[in-house]
Amino acid sequence: MSQGSKIVIKDFNFYYESVQVLRNITIDFQPNQIFTIFGPARSGKTTVLKSLNRLTDLFFGSSHTGTIFLDGMDIYDPKVNLTHLRRRVGMVFDLPTPLPMSIFDNVAYGPRLNKLIQRRRLSETVEKALKSAVLWEEVKDRLNTSALRLSGGQQQRLCIARILALEPEVLLLDEPCSGLDPISTASIEETLTKLKENYTIVLIPHNIQQASRMADRAGFFLNGELVEEGPAYQVFTRPKDKRTEDYVTGKFG
Amino acid sequence: MILILFQILKEGLPVLQLHFFLDSPKNMGRDGGIFSTIIGTAALTAVAIIVGAPLGVGTAIFLREYTRESKTSRMIRFGTDCLAGVPSIIFGLFGFVFFVIRLNMGWSILSGGLTLAAMILPTVISTAEESINAVPYSYREVNYSLGGTKWQMVTRVVLPSALPGIFTGILLSIGRSIGETAAIILTAGSSLVMPTSLFSPIRTMSVHFYILAREGISMKMAYGTGAALILLVLIINILAQGLINRYIRHRT
Repeated sequence: MSQGSKIVIKDFNFYYESVQVLRNITIDFQPNQIFTIFGPARSGKTTVLKSLNRLTDLFFGSSHTGTIFLDGMDIYDPKVNLTHLRRRVGMVFDLPTPLPMSIFDNVAYGPRLNKLIQRRRLSETVEKALKSAVLWEEVKDRLNTSALRLSGGQQQRLCIARILALEPEVLLLDEPCSGLDPISTASIEETLTKLKENYTIVLIPHNIQQASRMADRAGFFLNGELVEEGPAYQVFTRPKDKRTEDYVTGKFG
Repeated sequence: MILILFQILKEGLPVLQLHFFLDSPKNMGRDGGIFSTIIGTAALTAVAIIVGAPLGVGTAIFLREYTRESKTSRMIRFGTDCLAGVPSIIFGLFGFVFFVIRLNMGWSILSGGLTLAAMILPTVISTAEESINAVPYSYREVNYSLGGTKWQMVTRVVLPSALPGIFTGILLSIGRSIGETAAIILTAGSSLVMPTSLFSPIRTMSVHFYILAREGISMKMAYGTGAALILLVLIINILAQGLINRYIRHRT
């Protein structure tokens, strides 16, 4: 375990029923970096992400061996408070998932759940989160309109703001730009680069170009195995493993 | 349908004057109005909905969110489906034996209301279950990913989203409660006296209509009651539809 890692995944195996989807994963995620997990479909990327805040618990019949540490704390310890864990490790999904309520209520949803914030401070928190997600300027005059009326890119940034309102420590993003046009994608990438200063970010990019643009470190997944992991420039330009090279150069994928 | 409406309204509308609604029935309903039966209908329906709706919606939530598909949940669902097919007179008989006699509630608003509640339960459960089922899975995932508990998910996301559907089910139930006769005669009686408490017997508009026509007391008054009944149901439906539409527009 290297010094200063935010998250350490150690000898992690994951099964749905009897199907093994993750094999012996060991990775460290460093703070203030973007780690991209890339690889072909069905290689276990999303499962890694969902394991990090235990959203995998929702799947009936799943099991795991090995464990994951967040700041040295075993997140699979039975004593762990799930609410607390998920507040610290926020997740954004591949499709924008605004709740059917106003923009304000969407962002305020998390803080309100935990009743940690007084009513007076709530609007400050919402404003701050929307500003961090670079959405404030576009929506500040219509916070009470339904979030469903925003464009796809705005909705996705709203989802990021919704997570940020909880002031998490780690951000998990599962192909956050998959349904978006290039302009929205650019604005989300810009947002993420800014957020890196304060958060640990784990990103599943929706294509290899985005992976190489965004990543500080990268890990290549194939069939539930971590094939190769290292600094982004090295993984993308001088991969050590033949399979990584084939994927990065587009021989399969 | 137009034919039915036309016939009832043609015969009934001339009777519909303000005093018809506001006067109590006199002379077994031959003269006077239908005020006490309107109150009876409202009270009975209110009891049925107040008891039946929370119970039904609660069951639906339990089935959808708190149990996995299992023997128990299948049994509960099979039971409610069976209930839906039971003729109302059987409910009436059950209510008579159980509430009126066994629990000694007598012919009363309470007995009738509880019987109706049992009768509308299947409708409320199945419509609520369906609309809860239609709430996207992603909403639930979002709730969990923000650190919400299951209960918070149900109260803050699932129920608000499913509300229009649930409301429709309740509306159907109101219609059924208003229109019911057989079960009500057996459990709430057919008294024309103004009710004073939950334990008073009452006569609803439908029962009044039935008795007036059946016993040949006054066809004119019977048609009047029928027309009033139709208008009442129509007004309730229009108002409710308006409310639902406003709610949906507000959320999207």
